[in-house]
Amino acid sequence: MNWILLLEQTLNGFQFGILLFLLAAGLTLIFGIMDLINLAHGSLYMMGAYFAATFTQWTDSFLLGAMLALLASMLFGVILEVIALRTLYTRSHLDQVLATFGLILFLNEFVRLIWGPIGLDIPLPDVLNGSLELFFGIRYPAFRLAIIVVGIAVAFLLYLLVSHTKIGMLIRAGASNRQMVSALGVNINLLYTIVFGLGAALAGLAGLMAAPIMTVEIGMGEGILMITFVVIVIGGVGSIRGAFVAALLVGFIDTVGRSFLPDILGLFVSNDFADTAAPAISSMLIYVLMAIILAIRPQGLFPPKGA
Amino acid sequence: MNWSPRTAFITLLMIGLGAVPLIADGIDEPFYTVMFSRMLILSIGAVSLNLILGYGGMVSFGHAVYLGIGSYMVGIGTIHAIEDGIEWMGNGFIHFAVSIVFSALVGFVIGAISLRTRGVYFIMITLAFSQMFYFVAVGNEKYGGDDGLSLYMRSDFNGLFDISNDNTLYYLNFVILLASLYVSHRIINSRFGMMIRGAKSNEQRMASIGFPVFRYRLTAFVIAGTICGMAGVLSANQTEFVNPSVMHWTRSGDLIIMIVLGGLGTLFGPVIGAVAFLFLEEFLSGITEYWQLIFGPMLVLVVIFARGGIDGMLVLLDGWWNRYSLKNKA
Repeated sequence: MNWILLLEQTLNGFQFGILLFLLAAGLTLIFGIMDLINLAHGSLYMMGAYFAATFTQWTDSFLLGAMLALLASMLFGVILEVIALRTLYTRSHLDQVLATFGLILFLNEFVRLIWGPIGLDIPLPDVLNGSLELFFGIRYPAFRLAIIVVGIAVAFLLYLLVSHTKIGMLIRAGASNRQMVSALGVNINLLYTIVFGLGAALAGLAGLMAAPIMTVEIGMGEGILMITFVVIVIGGVGSIRGAFVAALLVGFIDTVGRSFLPDILGLFVSNDFADTAAPAISSMLIYVLMAIILAIRPQGLFPPKGA
Repeated sequence: MNWSPRTAFITLLMIGLGAVPLIADGIDEPFYTVMFSRMLILSIGAVSLNLILGYGGMVSFGHAVYLGIGSYMVGIGTIHAIEDGIEWMGNGFIHFAVSIVFSALVGFVIGAISLRTRGVYFIMITLAFSQMFYFVAVGNEKYGGDDGLSLYMRSDFNGLFDISNDNTLYYLNFVILLASLYVSHRIINSRFGMMIRGAKSNEQRMASIGFPVFRYRLTAFVIAGTICGMAGVLSANQTEFVNPSVMHWTRSGDLIIMIVLGGLGTLFGPVIGAVAFLFLEEFLSGITEYWQLIFGPMLVLVVIFARGGIDGMLVLLDGWWNRYSLKNKA
């Protein structure tokens, strides 16, 4: 085992965890406040990546393109909420699952119609297209580092927004008792739209940051959505703090597991077997983690208060 | 028997399904036999899911796992039978038996963990577990990985019947569909089924009467899994191909759509839904390559406006019919 590789993979895991957190935060907010299970959240992530691809091409600048993509994702989320999702808040979870599943089908096909079936590549911006020396001569790609920094900044801003502003207060109040908030004269529909737009922007941010390091393709949001579900379930549905801890945990275990499991398994069983079994087993790791945590705490690590 | 429109429709549907190979051969379009065969297989899957989802209120979003298990049991068995000459591994009875056992085991483990939770947790966890099995299949290079396995023969049933003939396979599917309908009819009208349905409407009440809700639900979960595992065996034989996409999460979503489209918690609803779903797919993809652009919003509209699905509409029709015939008598 190689310590530099371990450190690098730990950072990769951290970076993946940050992306997961951006998705999980929006999803868990939307669920906590509107009681809506939104399968199409992964599609918002996909839209963010595609918007970024297009706007980067138009403006010839990744940063400018990213800004526009962020706005576009938020706008897209708001439109989606107003047209389709608003009617679903009072429905059963089964109805919500089905309708948002229909949205996924629609959005995937929509993207194929507009952008074509072939995946896109976004070139990295020049500023971030190098690697930085961290310490002890260990170098790490600047863009991935930027993802980590942006992610932590967003997590901090989100914390400020939710716990120290008026709108955050309304969000928290809405999560614990909707009728009461609405009875006190708060425009609950507007609040819902704002929260959904916020969630969509977070998902879009994750998508546009993932775009240069992964391929932008149809259905890219679905795989990561499943892992986001695992994150939310582990963290406790409705809890942003839980989502943060669980996202980092899952990101770390998934990434490090994938790169080191063959070696670790090789210590116990024959190398041949380890090489064939490791990919299958490492993709199971986070689900096993979820099962263990659920067995001990069915409500997740940080169940929101009053829920 | 009261020949209301609903009864008549369902009877005609079942007779029609039974006659498909005869008609297809008659008009010399054997393609239809294969297409309806797929409908029957997915119907079996949907009927099994309806047991827990429709009657039990357990929104399992990972039911395609069992389709995958059944399929892979056939795939793995057949590969060994062909490549290593182990004849018994190509035997259909063995395929069924092993699939049932494995589906039951997997259902037991998934159910034991996920049934501890409620509501949205349950949906996400069943979804996540099915995704886990999907990735295991993708990562398993020995049995085809992402590309899957092509099967060069169908399961062998000791010469009792030969399913390499599409019509014979069709009737095997049909018989198993009828059997699973019968089993599910018996289950939901038994004491066990009453308890499952009771727990759907009020779990606490059932628990305070003294029923061990968790155990009953787990049993139903396992039964549904084993029936769907059999559908998996049939599915692999039908397509002569096994790959991970058979248990992709969208497949689980399709099964739920079929049930809701046909009529949630009704005996024949899943069959109606599966037939309607595949007809829609066939019809819409004939109109445009981007058929999901129409299908997706349609699904949203069905959810928002047409509660009760097709069976619900038939019930409405029955109401009009009854009023009409009463008026005529008077």
